[in-house]
Amino acid sequence: MIPNEAKKRLIQIVGAENYDDTKAGRLVYSYDATPQFQSLPDAVVAPRNTQEVAEIAKICNEYRIPIVPRGSGTNLCAGTCPVEGGIVLLFKHMNRILEIDEENLTATVQPGVITLDLMRAVEEKGLFYPPDPGSMKISTIGGNISENSGGLRGLKYGVTRDYVLGLEVVLANGDVIRTGGKLAKDVAGYDLTRLLVGAEGTLGIVTEATLKLIPMPETKQTMLALYQDLEAAARSVSKIIANQIIPATLEFLDQPTLEVVEDYARIGLPTDVKAVLLIEQDGPKEVVERDMKKMADICRSEQAVSVELARSEEEAEALRTARRAALSALARLKPTTILEDATVPRSEIAKMVKAINEIAAKYQLKICTFGHAGDGNLHPTCPTDARNREEMERVEKAFEEIFAKAIELGGTITGEHGVGAMKAPYLEWKLGPAGIAAMKAIKQALDPNNIMNPGKVFAKSTRKRVVVTR
Amino acid sequence: MTTKTEQAHIQKAFQERMDEDELMNCMRCGFCLPSCPTYIESGQQETQSPRGRIALMKAVVDGLIEPDEEVERSLSLCLGCRACEQVCPSGVRYGHLLEEARDIIAQHKRMPLHVRLVRKLVFAGLFPYQERMRKATAFLGWYQRSGLRAIVRKTGLLRLLPASFRQMERVLPDVPTAKEMKNRPHRLNPDEPAKKRVAFFTGCLMDTMFMTTNDATMRLLQLAGCEVIIPPSQGCCGALHGHGGEKEMAKELAKRNIAAFEQLDVDYIVTNAGGCGAFLLEYDHLLKDDPEWCDRAAAFAAKIKDVSEVLVELEFHQLPLRVAPQTITYQDSCHLRNVMKTASAPRRLLRAIEGAEFREMKDADRCCGSAGIYNLVEPEMSMQILDYKMEMAKQTKATTIVTANPGCLLQMKLGIERAGLTESVRAVHIVDLLLEAAEGAQAVREEERIRQTS
Ligand SMILES: Cc1cc2nc3c(=O)[nH]c(=O)nc-3n(C[C@H](O)[C@H](O)[C@H](O)COP(=O)(O)OP(=O)(O)OC[C@H]3O[C@@H](n4cnc5c(N)ncnc54)[C@H](O)[C@@H]3O)c2cc1C
Ligand code: SF4
Ligand code: SF4
Repeated sequence: MIPNEAKKRLIQIVGAENYDDTKAGRLVYSYDATPQFQSLPDAVVAPRNTQEVAEIAKICNEYRIPIVPRGSGTNLCAGTCPVEGGIVLLFKHMNRILEIDEENLTATVQPGVITLDLMRAVEEKGLFYPPDPGSMKISTIGGNISENSGGLRGLKYGVTRDYVLGLEVVLANGDVIRTGGKLAKDVAGYDLTRLLVGAEGTLGIVTEATLKLIPMPETKQTMLALYQDLEAAARSVSKIIANQIIPATLEFLDQPTLEVVEDYARIGLPTDVKAVLLIEQDGPKEVVERDMKKMADICRSEQAVSVELARSEEEAEALRTARRAALSALARLKPTTILEDATVPRSEIAKMVKAINEIAAKYQLKICTFGHAGDGNLHPTCPTDARNREEMERVEKAFEEIFAKAIELGGTITGEHGVGAMKAPYLEWKLGPAGIAAMKAIKQALDPNNIMNPGKVFAKSTRKRVVVTR
Repeated sequence: MTTKTEQAHIQKAFQERMDEDELMNCMRCGFCLPSCPTYIESGQQETQSPRGRIALMKAVVDGLIEPDEEVERSLSLCLGCRACEQVCPSGVRYGHLLEEARDIIAQHKRMPLHVRLVRKLVFAGLFPYQERMRKATAFLGWYQRSGLRAIVRKTGLLRLLPASFRQMERVLPDVPTAKEMKNRPHRLNPDEPAKKRVAFFTGCLMDTMFMTTNDATMRLLQLAGCEVIIPPSQGCCGALHGHGGEKEMAKELAKRNIAAFEQLDVDYIVTNAGGCGAFLLEYDHLLKDDPEWCDRAAAFAAKIKDVSEVLVELEFHQLPLRVAPQTITYQDSCHLRNVMKTASAPRRLLRAIEGAEFREMKDADRCCGSAGIYNLVEPEMSMQILDYKMEMAKQTKATTIVTANPGCLLQMKLGIERAGLTESVRAVHIVDLLLEAAEGAQAVREEERIRQTS
């Protein structure tokens, strides 16, 4: 509950139209794209500028009201579910691209800018902002930064972290700090920019970001390699990397995923093969052609039944769009869709695919797999039904084994979706007690009253529950 | 206002009747948000988004929230345009969820007396009876022609009506007389040897207020080589009832139409109004729990096709078509596009017209705010959406705005009026323009023939 006094002061700052504590208004911010998590905030507040954000933080700090910053709520780790109530902070008014600096190749934006809108705006100037999460049509830059999101182009171009040069951040006590900037080099003090990227809203509120842009690659080619053997597809991935080719995109989709995606997109995807690789290369024409040929040869040598180039940019774009829809499309299979984010070194990808299939068979579950194979980042996805307790227990066990396998292969429990409330109980498994203690010390220093997105990243207790939360 | 007991009843009905699997099917990815006109126009309010509305419906089922005024407000501000469905990778059938939720609320909520009276009059007393529709239209015609309209407009009597109704009055078409509406054809022969045998769904409003458009549709079908059957026992499609929370009545109307058409040996049942066509196409869903009717409904629905699709299939666009030089643009009918999945056929036809330069307008697929009777009950949001639409239309510099549904047509006329463009821009139904173009080409040929022989 928000004390009346605090409510009054918050309304004074943002105006009554930007403060909503109606039941319906709160309910629609009680969840994100993570299944099985729901919890009502006490109010929803939409500030209009950094100053207002800072004042809100001060009040919340004074009254110990949790603040849950929220972009578009597409995260997959219960990162914006207000598990401890408090206010949800929206950035719908702070959604402007402030500057595209063509001399320094940077863009300065407010956190509420939609990823795709930024990409389009810089592309109009012949520039390129590579981090392209599947959700880019609706995700915000604030969310991308706070989750350190990856995307289809991560393999060659890296993830969001690699493009954040500077931030303006409001801390829990209301202080406004600036980190980094347009400089290509800067070693003055700790690298707080990197610390805040991927902080999931637990250390402060991003109110502005300066992002790195690069020149638009000259050309691009896209191809689809089809396989009748899952592991052969995965082996091709490792082999391409081992041959020192770094394609722009190297995505993996298995048959069940292909089926649902085709059902939605209807672009004539092959549904009679066991797996496909979506491969792209960009850059100077000769390089692209050479790499594409080499990769096609590798795929063929690994028993690809067909390797075909997209005939036009429209066709290529349709393939990419279809791939981005994979997760949502899988949701059409069953009422509940549990997805994971296990990531292994790229050389181990075939072993991981094999393990996932064995685990699925062992627990008699349908597990569909797709993902950023080139990054070693797979999304084993289980269409299930949360109402079926017995099956959920099996899903639970299966994912626990998948996690264990990933870590055994030198991997991690989450490659890009973050920890949030969902994976908090697992973090220690990956980091060990000393790792957790170091992170907690940082949190304690910057947010002593634990008002910034509480209940995320750090678990109250370490329990090994993957999917069953209630 | 709903009372606490009403809310309890509504909640119980939600739990009994809402399709929980469909609600759970939404994985809350938000991919639908950028396509939702009410989300955009409300300044990105999640309660006015598809994802938010689905969450609210689910929360009512789960007992997390009561169906209070805000919930109702969120559902009533939805246009029902189903743009969200078209882009949802998860395949959530939002339209069905909305329809059920609205039906439940309408059934359990005691509305104010005047609203109840109007609903009863319109839903039960008028639309189901074609004869009464004719009388009402004839009365409107008398009003328009007798000089009464002029008096009413001049005296400002209209000011007694809400602004939204007043505006509507201005853009209603000049309607046919009672006599003209009486003698409707039952069967028409094709101009050429028949390529197809089709049945024509006339609709209630279309066969009265928009009768000339129906005539044009049948004429085009003849030109394209169709034998056209018009069964007289058909009637209103029930879309208004279905979307307005009168599902039971919609089911009765559906059965009447199925019975009227199912004995005919035809290739297609042709419609010329996206709103009706979409509803007919989903008769199988409407009657899914009725064992006697569900298969019959599916057979009926399988034959539904919009006139533009039929014309393209019969290569009507290869015939000579010509209009005076002008720029045209096309506003999609939401239900035609999002439910009947007809979007390229109308454009193909329009591009085939000589003399007309077709320019696509930005966001042509976004709802115009007409949405059945939405523009009357939610005028504020409707006009906000319409004004955006007119901005986009203006940017194309089109002098002819083409639509494929009577509601959209009236809304476009309203938009033109509001934008002060009555002198320079017109709104037409696509079939009317196509007939104009077919006749235009014919006239040119006639002229040439005369010139050559003389
Ligand atoms: C279909 C689908 C596909 C996806 N594909 C990918 C993918 O390919 N790669 C990938 O990495 N992720 C993917 N995701 C996950 C998700 O989309 C990303 O994490 C995305 O960056 C979240 O953006 P958002 O605006 O929705 O943020 P939200 O979900 O609203 O928030 C995410 C986190 O950021 C914090 N936050 C938001 N704004 C601020 C701010 N201004 N200051 C401080 N903290 C803030 C929140 O508190 C939360 O912890 C996908 C999700 C879906 C549903
Ligand atoms: S309706 Fe579809 S597109 Fe919209 S949030 Fe739900 S699953 Fe995503
Ligand atoms: S039907 Fe239209 S208005 Fe309603 S939620 Fe869907 S897109 Fe929005």
